[in-house]
Amino acid sequence: MLKEYTEQIREVAKRLLKDKVVDCVIGYRKGTVPMLDAPYIAYTEEEADNLIWSSFCVSNLAKFLIGRKGKSAIVAQGCISRSIVNLINENQVKRENVYIIGVWSPGMVDRRKVLEKFYDKEILEVEEDGDELIVKGKDFEGKEFEERISKNEVKRDNCFTCMHRNAVIYDEFVGEKGEETGGGNIDNVAAPWEKLSFDERWEAFRETFGSCIRCYACRNVCPLCYCSVCFVDESKPQWCGKTQDEADIFTFHILRAFHCAGRCVDCGACESACPMGIKVRRLTSKLEKDVRELYGYVPGLEIGAKPPLAVYRPDDPENFITP
Amino acid sequence: MYARRRFALLKSLLEYVGIESDRIHFTWISSAEAGKFQEKAKEIVEKVRKLGPAKKLVKDIRPKN
Repeated sequence: MLKEYTEQIREVAKRLLKDKVVDCVIGYRKGTVPMLDAPYIAYTEEEADNLIWSSFCVSNLAKFLIGRKGKSAIVAQGCISRSIVNLINENQVKRENVYIIGVWSPGMVDRRKVLEKFYDKEILEVEEDGDELIVKGKDFEGKEFEERISKNEVKRDNCFTCMHRNAVIYDEFVGEKGEETGGGNIDNVAAPWEKLSFDERWEAFRETFGSCIRCYACRNVCPLCYCSVCFVDESKPQWCGKTQDEADIFTFHILRAFHCAGRCVDCGACESACPMGIKVRRLTSKLEKDVRELYGYVPGLEIGAKPPLAVYRPDDPENFITP
Repeated sequence: MYARRRFALLKSLLEYVGIESDRIHFTWISSAEAGKFQEKAKEIVEKVRKLGPAKKLVKDIRPKN
């Protein structure tokens, strides 16, 4: 089914480029590393033949729209289209400059889960076949292997609890609309540390984020992080140290999560981009749950919606205030 | 009013990470209520003192030698 999507996306892209409706088409092409498909911008019809759609498209393409001149088309599934709505609401992108090619997301595969399953072998190629993945490679003695695994076992964490797999806004929808939700219940898995005591929570936090090397890949891939000078780059005053001391690492992650409060759509690109495999979403999912419960707001669904931190209601909950 | 929303989320996030809830306080005081300010300050200092020195999110910047 994904092969049909690929062909239809290529056709739409070629048509849009030929009729000069857009200057370029932002999508994905096959990556050079197994299980990682790279973002790709096609400017001509020949280049449009490189576009694909698969279960390995894990970055967030909305980032490429920021500061882009001219009109662009973009291949967007549910979470990406919600990111685009967010950017339009924050005046970073104009609706007229974007032509959204809506698609359905099958739920992306988390390549680390696959690598863990084959920890004693080298994976050279992975193909998709319906609901399964065919993993091919060699073990460390040079013997080739080929194995099938179910996609459901290795899906990305946030794709399980996704509530909007089809694009929520689009100029054109490619293929048929698929199942809207991923089947998981976000309230069961969001904020897993709430059940722990304060000290246990701190230990869990230290363990999760302790291996951060401050590469800022999570910040660079997030479409919400578009400040011309990020708060970590400020030196007068220095809000956050740049060392790998624990306190600095934790300050960075807490503040970055807080800057995305009420704006994060849970696309999972930060977790996929982290070279250390850190579960960056543990913090943002807690904030997303809070915003949903306290203020009833889900980001990225409506153009023109007011951001939750820019409005207030007189009856906002205030049980946390010391009397 | 906007601060109320931001503070609710911040306190929730910091408690989620493991910082004790008695270390984070928020209260409405106007610049004319000096007496209340003094009382609040004493109260909060007492509560935090009971918790002892902070061990989390602490960075040692003394020179190492």
